[in-house]
Amino acid sequence: MASMDKPLIVTSSPHLHCGMNTRGMMLDVLIATVPAAVASLLLFGWRALAVMLVCVASCMASEILSRWVMKRDQTVGDLSCIVTGMLLAFNLPATIPLWQAALGGVAAIVVAKQMFGGLGQNFVNPALVGRIVLLASFPESMNHWVVPFGGTGVDAVTAATPLAEGAAPYSVTELFFGIHGGCLGETCAMALLLGGIYLVLRRVISPTVPLLYIGTVFVLSWLLGENPLYQVLSGGLMLGAVFMATDYTTSPINKAGKAVYAVGCGLLTVLIRQFGSLPEGVSFAIVIMNILVPLIERATRPLPFGRRRLKRKDAAD
Amino acid sequence: MATQTTGGALKKAAGGIWQAWRSRTRGGAYVPHRKNTAESETVVMPPPETVVLAMSQHLGAPCVPTVKPGDEVAVGQVVGDSDRPVSAPIHSGVSGRVTAVTELLLPGGRKSQAVVIESDGEGRVDESVRPPVIDNRQDFLRAVRASGLVGLGGAGFPTHVKLNPRDVDAIDTVLVNAAECEPYITADYRECMENSWDIVSGVQSVMEFLNASRVIVAVERNKPAAIAELSRIARSVSAPGREVRVKALPARYPQGAEKVLIQACTGRRVPPGGLPADVGCVVLNVTTAAFLARYLKTGMPLIHRRLTVDGPAIAYPKNVRVTIGTSIRDVIAFCGGARREIRKLLMGGPMMGLALMDDTLPVLKQNNAILAFAEEDAQVPPASVCIRCGRCVEACPMHLVPPSIAAAYKNDDVESLERLGVMTCMECGCCSFSCPAHRYIVQTMRMGKELVRSAPKKAD
Repeated sequence: MASMDKPLIVTSSPHLHCGMNTRGMMLDVLIATVPAAVASLLLFGWRALAVMLVCVASCMASEILSRWVMKRDQTVGDLSCIVTGMLLAFNLPATIPLWQAALGGVAAIVVAKQMFGGLGQNFVNPALVGRIVLLASFPESMNHWVVPFGGTGVDAVTAATPLAEGAAPYSVTELFFGIHGGCLGETCAMALLLGGIYLVLRRVISPTVPLLYIGTVFVLSWLLGENPLYQVLSGGLMLGAVFMATDYTTSPINKAGKAVYAVGCGLLTVLIRQFGSLPEGVSFAIVIMNILVPLIERATRPLPFGRRRLKRKDAAD
Repeated sequence: MATQTTGGALKKAAGGIWQAWRSRTRGGAYVPHRKNTAESETVVMPPPETVVLAMSQHLGAPCVPTVKPGDEVAVGQVVGDSDRPVSAPIHSGVSGRVTAVTELLLPGGRKSQAVVIESDGEGRVDESVRPPVIDNRQDFLRAVRASGLVGLGGAGFPTHVKLNPRDVDAIDTVLVNAAECEPYITADYRECMENSWDIVSGVQSVMEFLNASRVIVAVERNKPAAIAELSRIARSVSAPGREVRVKALPARYPQGAEKVLIQACTGRRVPPGGLPADVGCVVLNVTTAAFLARYLKTGMPLIHRRLTVDGPAIAYPKNVRVTIGTSIRDVIAFCGGARREIRKLLMGGPMMGLALMDDTLPVLKQNNAILAFAEEDAQVPPASVCIRCGRCVEACPMHLVPPSIAAAYKNDDVESLERLGVMTCMECGCCSFSCPAHRYIVQTMRMGKELVRSAPKKAD
């Protein structure tokens, strides 16, 4: 038989695969960022595009260079650094000096991701680390917001974000469509929701984390006497819930853990917003929960099939 | 009066909901069905000129040849047996002369002795082949052992051992596994369609000798014809205290895995390291049950079996009844040979089947399929890093967390491996199937299990 010309290929079972791959999933995330990217272009003009391009380029360059320095395989092909770049750009104001945006990309990829071993090994969300580093280093440019449709030049009209102290309240409709000051990608809740729905339909993310996160913020702000819809639609919550808290690497691996994590994110977000000195708490809430992930996983690990939970006195033995 | 009936109905409804909740199985994967041969009626392949009978065709102790080169043998004659409890005799499927006793390298790397018999083409039946006389349970078990019957669904566990649980009184349920959740394979489905009465009759004798009160025939929902056919017969034979019913399971791999099947049908969970008997169940494959009925009628031991021969590289995929010991090469030739160059050959289904090193290996008792793939399906893409997406965790029907187990394995941490339940893994392959990084998860689990097995036992 013909098969004897070449030896048969012997591999371990299973011999079937679902057909998904890392690159394809990252591509799906990139596709899901398109509505928010388009919205930011419409709201903030060409400067938004420049920030996105600079962030993506900086992340790609950092990824290539750090892999090269560490003499490891190049991983830019898995597209994860492009996702980080996009998400970092979404977390920056349109007026940020481009060199600062580039620095944010370096911090995200080199410090938060590659120094810990690259994709799958980082314990905090790289894009959020980039944002936090910039926030700590350049508070002025990170808190400079402009009115949508007003251009981003030096004479642009500055605007307060919906959560800023003493900000003129926006209507819920304005918040939903993103007609207010804020970071590139966070303003238009509708575009973020579209991206989230796409990710859920493509089975890249499960809706558990975004729904529980947003739900927790809704209920808690309502209990604290805030307008829950206003709280949910403003600030970085939508962006955080859909794109940041669902990051695979930095969220718990099991379902129960994901639920605990999402509720924790919601809780911390509301606490920081209401009682902290910062106007916005999403990025810090997610980063703090990122750090707690190993503990959450440990506490919520499913029991192997058929095994009974040990009684406390048995466990002590 | 009225309140009593309402209370009763409520209690019943609550019981039903509780039962449904208990029976809800987690994990698994929606694998493609590819049951191309479902409507292909079994074709009988003529006995080959030579059969090679491996002495290890079941889980447990291998047999020792009871014949030597030069001996004349007849159809149904024992050629290998063992005095160990977990074993089953092996019978010749042809009449002729033993030409050699050699050694075979079986798939999975085990070595086994093998008896080679050259057929004289006459098909003389041995005089020992006659219907067994059965008066009691011991006779029944003896007959099941003598038939050489092993689990025909793939695992090959000797059936007489299964039917002889330590505490026979604790058994109340006999489950018949017709789930056939592996892609491609339709051998059990054809048994349901062609020999449905044998199935029920075989199960009834098992029920009688185990004194079980109910039989549940479990079929995946993607086989409506089999469900209809079996339900019709089940209804006609069901009696109070001897209930026979058909249970339709979701078509989600691995419904046919023993522990998953038991939970889906009864809501009971077999503890780690335990047996179905620990929760009052005996699980039989559907073809095993049907064979049992035929054996009790005719006394012809297990010398044939149905195989699904399929895969993109097979010219004419079909279900074939082959003589055990026929070489796989001959079986493929009987199915029109290869349509394309065969690069990967599987014994069993694509999720759990073993890849073969060469096509001259003989068909074993427990094989249910031969699948042949061409180049594009044969290659395995390189693994990339774990991105912790959690798909393996969600897919694991045994509720394990593969990345934690992989980390423990990497650290040679036997204690953690055991705590994380690595021994519960049944290697169903859902994790590797679902992994977007193409990681070799099942291999890691196997190596983890091996590490635990080889570790020195802790003193209690």
